[in-house]
Amino acid sequence: MAIIYIDHKAYEVTPGKNVLETCLTLGFNLPYFCWHPAMGSIGACRQCAVKLFKDEEDTKGRIVMSCMEMVKEGMYLSVEDPAAKAFRAQVIEWLMTNHPHDCAVCDEGGSCHLQDMTVMTGHTYRRFQYQKRSYKNQYLGPFINHEMNRCIQCYRCVRFYKDYAGGKDLDVFAAHNHVYFGRAEDGILENEFSGNLAEVCPTGVFTDKTLKAHYTRKWDMTMAPSICQHCSLGCNIIAGERYGELRQITSRFNAEVNGYFICDRGRFGYEFVNSKNRIQQPFIRAKVPDANNKQSLYQHLKKILSTHQVIGIASPRASLEANFALRQLVGSTNFYQGISETEAQLMRSILQTLGSGQVQSPSLKEMETADAILILGEDLNNSAPMMALAVRQAIRKAPFEAAQQIGIPSWHDAALLGFTQDKKGTLFIAYPTKTKLDELAANTIHRAPDDIARMGYTIANVLNHLSPVPEDIGEDDLKLAKRIAGILKKAERPLIICGTSLCHEALIKAATNIAIALGAKEKKACLSFVLPECNSMGLAMMEAPSLMQAADALKKGEADTLIILENDLYRRTQKKDIDDLFSHCKEVIVLDHLHNETTGKASVLIPVATFAEAEGTMVNNEGRAQRFFQVFDPKNENFRESWRWLDEFKQFKNGVNPEDLAAPGNLITELVTLMPQFRSAETAAPDARFRINGQKIPREPHRYSGRTAMLANINVSEPKPPEDPDSPLSFTMEGYRGMPPAPLTPFFWAPGWNSGQSVNKYQEEVGGALRGADQGKRLFSEIRVDKKTFLNDIPPAFTPVPGEWLMLPLSHIFGTEELSIYTPGIAERAPRPYLAISKNDAKRLKVLDQEILQLQLQDRIYMLPVLIKEELPDGLAGIPYHIPELTEIAWPAKGILTKPK
Amino acid sequence: MEMPLTQHISSNRPALHLKDYTSVGGYQSVHKALQSLTPQEVTKMVQDSDLKGRGGAGFNTGMKWSFVPMNTTGQTKYLIANADEMEPGTFKDRLLLEGNPHQLIEGMIVSAYAIQANISYIFLRWAYKKAARLIQTAIHEAYAAGYLGKNILGFGFNLEMHLHTGVGRYICGEETALLNALEGKRATPRTKPPFPQVSGLFGKPTIVNNVETLCNIPHIVNNGPDWFKGLSPGSDAGTKLYGISGRVNKPGLWELPMGTTMRELIETHAGGMKKDFRFRAALPGGASTDFLVEEHLDVKMDYKSVSAAGSRLGTGTMIILDDQTCPVGFIHNLEHFFAQESCGWCTPCREGLPWTEKILLSIEDGEGRPEDLDLLEMHTRHMGPGNTFCALAPGAMEPLQSGLKYFRADFERHINEKNCPWR
Repeated sequence: MAIIYIDHKAYEVTPGKNVLETCLTLGFNLPYFCWHPAMGSIGACRQCAVKLFKDEEDTKGRIVMSCMEMVKEGMYLSVEDPAAKAFRAQVIEWLMTNHPHDCAVCDEGGSCHLQDMTVMTGHTYRRFQYQKRSYKNQYLGPFINHEMNRCIQCYRCVRFYKDYAGGKDLDVFAAHNHVYFGRAEDGILENEFSGNLAEVCPTGVFTDKTLKAHYTRKWDMTMAPSICQHCSLGCNIIAGERYGELRQITSRFNAEVNGYFICDRGRFGYEFVNSKNRIQQPFIRAKVPDANNKQSLYQHLKKILSTHQVIGIASPRASLEANFALRQLVGSTNFYQGISETEAQLMRSILQTLGSGQVQSPSLKEMETADAILILGEDLNNSAPMMALAVRQAIRKAPFEAAQQIGIPSWHDAALLGFTQDKKGTLFIAYPTKTKLDELAANTIHRAPDDIARMGYTIANVLNHLSPVPEDIGEDDLKLAKRIAGILKKAERPLIICGTSLCHEALIKAATNIAIALGAKEKKACLSFVLPECNSMGLAMMEAPSLMQAADALKKGEADTLIILENDLYRRTQKKDIDDLFSHCKEVIVLDHLHNETTGKASVLIPVATFAEAEGTMVNNEGRAQRFFQVFDPKNENFRESWRWLDEFKQFKNGVNPEDLAAPGNLITELVTLMPQFRSAETAAPDARFRINGQKIPREPHRYSGRTAMLANINVSEPKPPEDPDSPLSFTMEGYRGMPPAPLTPFFWAPGWNSGQSVNKYQEEVGGALRGADQGKRLFSEIRVDKKTFLNDIPPAFTPVPGEWLMLPLSHIFGTEELSIYTPGIAERAPRPYLAISKNDAKRLKVLDQEILQLQLQDRIYMLPVLIKEELPDGLAGIPYHIPELTEIAWPAKGILTKPK
Repeated sequence: MEMPLTQHISSNRPALHLKDYTSVGGYQSVHKALQSLTPQEVTKMVQDSDLKGRGGAGFNTGMKWSFVPMNTTGQTKYLIANADEMEPGTFKDRLLLEGNPHQLIEGMIVSAYAIQANISYIFLRWAYKKAARLIQTAIHEAYAAGYLGKNILGFGFNLEMHLHTGVGRYICGEETALLNALEGKRATPRTKPPFPQVSGLFGKPTIVNNVETLCNIPHIVNNGPDWFKGLSPGSDAGTKLYGISGRVNKPGLWELPMGTTMRELIETHAGGMKKDFRFRAALPGGASTDFLVEEHLDVKMDYKSVSAAGSRLGTGTMIILDDQTCPVGFIHNLEHFFAQESCGWCTPCREGLPWTEKILLSIEDGEGRPEDLDLLEMHTRHMGPGNTFCALAPGAMEPLQSGLKYFRADFERHINEKNCPWR
């Protein structure tokens, strides 16, 4: 630690950091714009000026930009120096000369960094008397609104979009006081992380267009800490509601997981909560007309549950609590994972690897520090976008070590860019088609999944001869394998990434062998798996049989009734198999929040709460248990948590009268008692009894307005706010106003800091973990196994079979995921169905790009436009995975392509 | 009087071709340096000669070179000639470029040898079309004669040389903005440290020197540091290209000993003020230097003396303000230029310069208010060195701050009389 002096007072600080972040950590309110903790310093805005003195005797000092000065032992600084203060006020005055002062109609108002900084410096009186410059705004697609006149030219947008996230279509144009931040022409922002512009922009140039469609001020939202539901990474989010409608998702800082950012699927995919397609009330098919009557619903369910043989179908998109409540209702022997046997087997394989103690399952933050990365069979920008962003950072940051040797600190972005130029870390990618990350890769190979697995096995064998080697590996492949193995071996922090997206188990085993071979006694190698859904890991850890085994049980007559939890079975496999499954059922009870093909088969349909109306715990791909909290109490009282319904079902199955139903106990505690593998999940967040100074934590900011008026059209008396017995959070403005523990933080706010930048105040050290860091709990044990046990299941090389194509499920950030597609903008961005084939195959089939081919796939015929991908190996045919038009497919799949007459 | 820089430049004939240049002693310094001097010896020589950068900053050139890491065999390093001459009122490099491009190439070869750079660029102002043609021809000739390329003159030193023409941005004269522009990026300056000597073009050690600076190198190497110091009677070594524009009888450019006085320049070389025009003030070294007035006429035009008088030698090319030109309009014209040429990177320059320009225009148009002078003063104060990202805005404030000092009455007359007295 170093001692520095700020305004004559000594402080103990971390040396090597910059003065700005140090001052913020110490609690000084020092204004800034261009600096961002994730992106470092560039010294452009000149807002964070302080005085630096030569020594104690120096009274004159000189103005320096705190973001560009490194903290050094014995430094004398002044934040309060009149000249520095005057200069900071002057910078704001300059910035405001052209700002439109349209806060009242600006979406940023009330959570605007520019407002906060303006107030902070005390600039109130306008001396600039001349005409302001103005710009033309652009159409940037369905997610981001553009209002260039508000721009204060901090350059953060382009630095995030281009330098940090690798975007190509946003830039800075023109010069002097006409610099323009936008696209070369109107059009959709292509980058998967464009939504972060709304948070990175210190004012209202880039704002969330989906919020605009049902706008409300930040201070008027009821907010809760939540977890993203749209992929397996479990990014932390803040969800905000008003008038019973989910309005906005923003990133919730978590140093270990998503840091400051989230992807566009996660940010904009929330509209399903507000969808007209929500199931509004319980429904009993053709029997009892008034299922809304609790009494008759319970009577009916009691009859079914006590007289039928019931099987429970669980869900990888439902919480641990919901799945566990189902298990408790039907009993462990009647509890099945609602996923295909293929997927269940992939998950078993992954669990075995991660549980073996031979590899390390890294967090996204740890992945950002990798110095050599191998990706086997994943297109990360589409299957786990934030992991792609983490990989990008790792590749970008790898040369920073060399920069440090010539004295450039890691936060000094301006100098780093000049020094590192296009140097990067080493990345290898093996995937059947090109991926966005290819541009960063030292080598990419485009192969069939079997051949990618064989390459993986070969690399593992080069690293450790005990790992089995495929036969007939070509010379070139062996050379490449040796090169990759050599670089991975030399790396300090190598990282292997694999996953389930190609539905191919051999890839997982090959990746496992590489990681085991790389690991040393003291240091396990990092291996990360991308999984299909938000709670795939949690469900898999419950270790239940798959959907196919449930079908077998029904066919054998061991059961005659299904309870399906939050799961559209038609997305799991072929339609005929699911139809067949239902044909063996006397009753089908479905709990879900949106109508789908499966709910159409329900004899009893129960509406349930979405993540925004429920509390629950999920386990992400890393094995990290994290809790999400109910955002609001829905107006529709039928929108109840799955686990609450299921717990009640259990009670009246056991003979409790509907009027005597008890509140569910602490399900997570019960879960942990029965299944110790979830042990740490119990403490993922403080439980419902948690209080600070005897108070709950309010979900509403203290400036929440309209509480007494918003329901006055219904009743002039202000209604009693809803109670929340399930969590330490309250649905009111009242309660503890300080900083709650990280997992319970519903929004970031500090006096003088109304924007998201207030997260500074919640961090132990600015840019680092939140105070009292409790960023979810890792479930995989830290045991170390010295013995290396290699897997051996090497597939034969892929050889195209004439007339038959191996189908490839190609993931898409917009389209592949079930719920986010309900957001109109995401549906707009989703791909239309296509059939990707190689150039040779197109020639053989005599088709051109965009021409229609007939695909016979299982019992279906599809007519699809051809998309020729030059890099795609022959004999493979890719289709967009799980887009609404292309579900009901059993993977892996083979198809027959013919040219229609 | 020796005039090493311009001895082979004549307005009566075209620039010397290689053959003619070598016949009058050209490229001797290349032979001498490569044959008998180590790179360190060349650097030492230049450092001892006290040659100061002629681009305006006035830093010891040999000292600048000495920061280039030299224990790095095989590392790419660059030498760049800054020929992006865009300072208003300045046309000294143009004479050297159009008059004798081989002298620059010779200087660059020796300088590149001193820092062991193997790639060099001439970053040329877009508008210097004639110079571009001549330089290109000269580079071809130098390659053909073995002065450029692999194994120069058989001494084992390699140097490639490329001509790059800019697109006409003043900021590209700032050496780090020049680097960004040369890399194909936006021409915004870079932060220092790290200095280009350590992390410059494409992240590699780089030296950027002004054309006039580089043209001095062959003569220093040929004749030694003491000879160079002896060229000037004053405290700064060598000769200097001095220029004068404005209402004088013979505006022009002269190579004179460093430290020649303003009076001698104006009265002797420029033939004095034109009839009916009186000298009021001068910007001694381009638009981004403070005004000097009548009382300073006997100031020696070297770095130290001009600085002591409250201005900077800058490029050494003077713009003269006469009594029939409105000083407010004069300064407004300068600030218009600077505001337009701001790269838009840092706030004070991007937002502050247009503001000063607007105030000056309103004063000039008779719409000024007394408090506008306070606002102008505020800008000169807050756009001082260190407060801005690079030297553009502080430079832009120099004529304004000294103008407010020397011509305050003129400013006040504009405001009180609500029009420009010169109109």
